[in-house]
Amino acid sequence: MQTKRTIFGNKGLPYLLLAPQLAITAVFFLWPAGQAVHQSFLREDAFGLSTTFVGLRNYRALMDNSEYLNALQVTVVFSIATVVLSLGLALILALAVDRMLRSAAAYTTLLIWPYAVAPAVAGILWWFIFNPSIGILPFVLEQTLGRDWNHNLSGQDAMILVVIAAVWKQISYNFLFFLAGLQSIPASLREAAAIDGAGPVKRFWTITLPLLSPTTFFLLVVNVVYTLFDTFAIIDATTGGGPAQATNILVYKVYDDGFVGLNLGSSAAQSVILMLIVMMLTFIQFRYVERKVTY
Amino acid sequence: MSFSKIAAAGTVSLLALAGTTQAQTQIDWWHAMGGELGEKTEALATAFNASQSDFVVVPSYRGTYTETMTGAIAAFRAGEQPDIVQVFEVGTGTMMAAEGAIVPVYQLMADAGVAFDPSAFLPTVVGYYTDPEGRMLSMPFNSSTPILYYNKNVFAAAGLDPAQPPRTWAEMESFSRQIMASGAAECGFTTGWVSWVQLENFSAWHNLQIGTLENGFGGLETELTVNGPVQARHWENLARWQQEGVFKYGGPGGGADAPPLFYAQTCAMYMNSSASRAGVLNNTPDFEVGYGMLPYYDDVAGAPQNSIIGGATLWVLAGGSAEEQRGVAEFFNFLSSPEVQAQWHQDTGYLPITQAAYDLSAQQGYYAANPGADTSILQMTLNTPTVNSKGLRFGNYVQIRGIIDEEFQRLLAGDVDAQGALDAVVSRGNALIRDFEAAN
Repeated sequence: MQTKRTIFGNKGLPYLLLAPQLAITAVFFLWPAGQAVHQSFLREDAFGLSTTFVGLRNYRALMDNSEYLNALQVTVVFSIATVVLSLGLALILALAVDRMLRSAAAYTTLLIWPYAVAPAVAGILWWFIFNPSIGILPFVLEQTLGRDWNHNLSGQDAMILVVIAAVWKQISYNFLFFLAGLQSIPASLREAAAIDGAGPVKRFWTITLPLLSPTTFFLLVVNVVYTLFDTFAIIDATTGGGPAQATNILVYKVYDDGFVGLNLGSSAAQSVILMLIVMMLTFIQFRYVERKVTY
Repeated sequence: MSFSKIAAAGTVSLLALAGTTQAQTQIDWWHAMGGELGEKTEALATAFNASQSDFVVVPSYRGTYTETMTGAIAAFRAGEQPDIVQVFEVGTGTMMAAEGAIVPVYQLMADAGVAFDPSAFLPTVVGYYTDPEGRMLSMPFNSSTPILYYNKNVFAAAGLDPAQPPRTWAEMESFSRQIMASGAAECGFTTGWVSWVQLENFSAWHNLQIGTLENGFGGLETELTVNGPVQARHWENLARWQQEGVFKYGGPGGGADAPPLFYAQTCAMYMNSSASRAGVLNNTPDFEVGYGMLPYYDDVAGAPQNSIIGGATLWVLAGGSAEEQRGVAEFFNFLSSPEVQAQWHQDTGYLPITQAAYDLSAQQGYYAANPGADTSILQMTLNTPTVNSKGLRFGNYVQIRGIIDEEFQRLLAGDVDAQGALDAVVSRGNALIRDFEAAN
């Protein structure tokens, strides 16, 4: 079988060109990840004075731990809600802006703004707005709907709060990609469909959405990773995983057990599991979801 | 881990560059005092540096208590630890168990040949930080105890005597109801630190055991016992009062939402650390603040006993040279002198750690000029501490504090009753204590 390929005269050159990227991967991913795997088989006191090899005990302990199983469940709810809402709202906004002629630039700028806000700052912002004693929103809710908002006590309120904060932060990013995706769809296709008598809704489902699928797929992968890792700061700044662990997502629990509780073995085991979950999700997405994508 | 190592190494080399005179021995001090307290803390180091020429204490702010402690531990693992680190009281169990990582203060003082009299310190402060033989392990630095703050204007408007704070929980409830009925304030009371104030101090104040083996002072095999009938009754009351609006919950941990409720005159009374005094005075220009001791149930035998402390102490990490350790000993000696302590106490609202500092403050007329400033000390020293009110010491206690908050939240949300919540605190807490025992 013959394949077309470029022949490099110098055998070392490709490796040299790859070296910087490989070095970064090794230093910032392989090495720390290897350390985490190593640490996950140990039981150690905080200072590292006495270390015992415990095999898979840290992992087994997690499987029997109702708090860990709760964190898994919370993460699933949080991730699905955040991904669906941030993708859905961003798509609606992108569709709206795509129809604008003169004001599109202004709306785009405004909508991208939240992306420039650091997650911790976004968390604090929403924490202030929703604060049960000094926030404006609980006050308004109480006055208008008689709804007693208290995310310090109600796990449901807390979940809504962190989802809103996480979604708000991510909409900008999704919006930008959706808008770019929409603008690359040739207007002639939609016009042809319109002439054939397809209404706006039908045009969206049969033309816009399928042609947008590469963008949607890319955003799906990015958003899932975002909800699993990057939302740490939002959780830390708003609920701290509470009340009663109602918003304690996996990545926050890794931090809390490792850096607050100083239980490094368990924390390392949790981060290894989290790493495996993300690898598995990404694999599934590329293997099965990508098949439905038309480039 | 690797990042903290690099960060720690970077900091140490920067500090080395910043060292002023080569001949002086540098002593690194990591602390967690930000804002105004941070300035007062740095001033202590400056004063010590000016008082002698052999040592230079270099203070360095490392973030919250948790960040400071975990940062110091990470630095220790990398062999780049500071000489002194400030650790909050719930980290005491972890630090104590780390034999080989720490130098006990009594040993430090003996090795350095610095005259040191442990009996000069207030027993309730030092008792928290001594080993079972009564030897001092760490240097008390900023200790406080919870007291009751109340709004005198609201009391007057509700027809209550503004000079008389409630003494018992029965009065707490009746005063609150009178205040709410009169419309003087919307709620009776709130509290910071539910775990520290409404469970740990509540137990000590009623002379009730917090854990077996002298509240954990006697060994790592200790078990929590806070699910007794009196604690359950109190938590049941708090849950009921929360339903009725008598009590408003201020959130987990320190209770970030509690102070604004008191400052905005939503709640007429507020329990929190005596070190909150400066903050309370700064934020309440519109009304006069009164001070009282924590309320108690008058039908509980032995109540009121004495309250216990919170705050932080200075731990000496092993690995410094003999010269550095001598410098640390001199610095601790400086910190515990009556003049320095009295000034620190008056500036910050933290407790004086020695009797002499308290006497000096009294002599200077500080308590006469600042009524209520001595409430904390009177409450702490109300009775000779018993095994139940000496303090507490459990491994993994940082996480157990979190569990107390979680179960209290479940109680208030109606998911569990008070006995169930406290039983869960005990069983979940004991599991963590067993983990700690196994790892040490």
